[in-house]
Amino acid sequence: MTTTPTDLGNAADVRTVLGDLSGVDQVGLEARAAALATRSIKKDAKRTAIDLAISMVDLTTLEGSDTPGKVRSLAAKALRPDPSDPTCPRVAAVCVYPDLVGTAREALGDAPVGVASVATAFPSGRAPLEVKVIDTEYAVAAGASEIDMVIDRGAFLAGDLQKVYEEIVAVRAACERPDGTHAHLKVILETGELATYDNVRKASWLAMLAGADFIKTSTGKVSPAATLPVTLLMLEAVRDYRDAFGRQVGVKPAGGIRTTKDAIKYLVTVNETAGIDWMTPTWFRFGASSLLNDLLMQRQKLKTGRYSGPDYVTID
Amino acid sequence: MAEFTDPPVVPPTGLDYAPAPESRSVVDLQPSYGLFIDGAFTEGSDGRTFKTVNPATEEVLAEVTEATEADVDLAVDAARRAFAGWSRMPGRERAKYLYRIARILAERSRELAVLESLDNGKPIRESRDVDIPLVSQWFFYYAGWADKLSYAGLGANPRPLGVAAQVIPWNFPLLMLSWKIAPALAAGNTVVLKPAETTPLTALLFAEICQQADLPPGVVNIVTGAGTTGQTLVSHPGVDKVAFTGSTDVGRQIARAVAGTNKRLTLELGGKAANIVFEDAPMDQAIEGIVSGIFFNQGHVCCAGSRLLVQENVYDEVMERLKRRMATLRVGDPLDKNTDIGAINSREQLERITELADAGDAEGAERWSPPCELPSSGFWYAPTVFTGVTQAHRIAREEIFGPVLSVLSFRTPDEAVAKANNTPYGLSAGVWTDKGSRILAIADRLRAGVVWANTFNKFDPASPFGGYKESGYGREGGRQGLAAYLQEGETA
Repeated sequence: MTTTPTDLGNAADVRTVLGDLSGVDQVGLEARAAALATRSIKKDAKRTAIDLAISMVDLTTLEGSDTPGKVRSLAAKALRPDPSDPTCPRVAAVCVYPDLVGTAREALGDAPVGVASVATAFPSGRAPLEVKVIDTEYAVAAGASEIDMVIDRGAFLAGDLQKVYEEIVAVRAACERPDGTHAHLKVILETGELATYDNVRKASWLAMLAGADFIKTSTGKVSPAATLPVTLLMLEAVRDYRDAFGRQVGVKPAGGIRTTKDAIKYLVTVNETAGIDWMTPTWFRFGASSLLNDLLMQRQKLKTGRYSGPDYVTID
Repeated sequence: MAEFTDPPVVPPTGLDYAPAPESRSVVDLQPSYGLFIDGAFTEGSDGRTFKTVNPATEEVLAEVTEATEADVDLAVDAARRAFAGWSRMPGRERAKYLYRIARILAERSRELAVLESLDNGKPIRESRDVDIPLVSQWFFYYAGWADKLSYAGLGANPRPLGVAAQVIPWNFPLLMLSWKIAPALAAGNTVVLKPAETTPLTALLFAEICQQADLPPGVVNIVTGAGTTGQTLVSHPGVDKVAFTGSTDVGRQIARAVAGTNKRLTLELGGKAANIVFEDAPMDQAIEGIVSGIFFNQGHVCCAGSRLLVQENVYDEVMERLKRRMATLRVGDPLDKNTDIGAINSREQLERITELADAGDAEGAERWSPPCELPSSGFWYAPTVFTGVTQAHRIAREEIFGPVLSVLSFRTPDEAVAKANNTPYGLSAGVWTDKGSRILAIADRLRAGVVWANTFNKFDPASPFGGYKESGYGREGGRQGLAAYLQEGETA
């Protein structure tokens, strides 16, 4: 196994960095998010935002009932979100369980659409590290370009940050490919279980220090999933982390983002917090399933001037 | 083994917000407005008028009547006549009128917000989300007090004072009106109010709302005009109570005019508030608090956090973050829903800001503003921060009343308190720290009427507001605000 480059090698330093983080004032953070949500995005700006949002979607299916057929139709949707309009951008990736990665990759062919796989005993993460590593290696070998791992929230809440850190480092190592590249690692914090904003900030930095390429809010299996204040906080974290260590890390809110209006609020927050460098699917993603169709309906509306209705977008 | 297909690296896409102007069509502007006396709009006695302009464009919005001594006489007489009925009306009946006004204010909030932004220059985001909702809340809050005055801490049967003369500023035109009129009416007084000469329009629309609410004639009278009208009003012998919000200079003149009479007086004057950021502050929220502390309402705020005191060991970090945040502020059309900073209210105020900021340059402070394009007509000032400021600089001592922040540093909590208190003013202050014990210890030692902890410029009708030292006397808001409009009754 190759050693994984992390920004900080030893845990003593991790504790120092986490100890230096400033606190989060809940009222102030939520007020700022609410203020950003009042931005009014119209006309050309809305058009731009919708296309950008479509290109940032990780089109997701994570159900026990997923089948190869379901994944193939999801892949078809990812390639041509709006079959009636060739100018409609593709989504960034499809997101599936490890055993369906091969099916997804095959269905997508050579198209520049990623296959993201959840791993590490998603969604609870309650498995031994060896199992999590094998889960990850399997998905990478099957062709996943991105791994969405979960952190051990139990260890985090019990104060064993060392364990959380080392698991991320180990999973990051398992993302290495024989050709020297690596599958991009998204680290899911499951902010709904971390409960406080101070914990979210601490977990964000812990994940980045351990080598995360992306930090992601939620599995989508726990409520609350992504919220605007949590995403704002994580965007502040990646912005400050790049200032401190010179490495850019992406952000992915996931779960609960269903409307174009919501997606635009997130894009405004990216724009005014982390800044334009993050306004690309390379550095910002939406983990979502139903969001895409709302974006497509709004896109058609802007184009034709009228709402077409749900039967004019494909269900998958 | 599968082929690895990574998604391509995609260059970023900028998001330039398209103009999103709020429609003016909800406002029915009349070419000219009379005075509101005894429940009706009347012509002035000698036909003199003045113009009120939109400070963002210099467009004339309307002609407004300048009230003369004779007009003020009529208004005070009307208020006196109405006092008999209004003060004897049971509190629960007065409350009905106040609740009705509060509801109409909420129902007509969009119209009021647009008109406020037109006449004042403040961004619609603020008039819509802050000013007008608070106006309605103020009336709801004091409506609740009208039948509970014996619980105000002023004896079992507190009595109203009589006719209140109220003179208000241009920075929060309708909000200041509500701070004055709601408690006065709840307590059973009648009022003659003079709005500022640059922002009379929402007060005149409020007069219409009084008519719509069937408020008895004479309970509220609105006289428009400039300083002379205000002077005539506060020195009128038929007035029992004077309430003023505005500059410390005018406050002094009013205190002199009222001295030796039986008139009761409350003054809410200037400020030069310290916003103190400790090393352990919640940093991202502190930056937001610094920004809203000084750039809210273009800095036309008497309690603005215009002196930023930063602990020296986090000074560089705070300044870097503050400048980055300031670069995202959107200056421009007040009616655009995405505007953060609107127009300066008048040419005179713009000149005053410019003069004081130039003094900052001359005295050696270092000026910084983000790159921002200002409209070519109207009155504008870019958000500005001065570093290298000391207590000796004019920009650290005098109220600028504009979007100009002076930054000073401190080393210890004692030094922060000493610097914060080293001003003739004492209206407000802010403390930013994650440490609860420090908030309490520092707040206790600050000579300021309001101390905000980990927030700034937050207002609530239930919370008393007012100053120490040259920031005035008396309190507005809350139970304490009623004391300004009641005298202790005999014990039952």
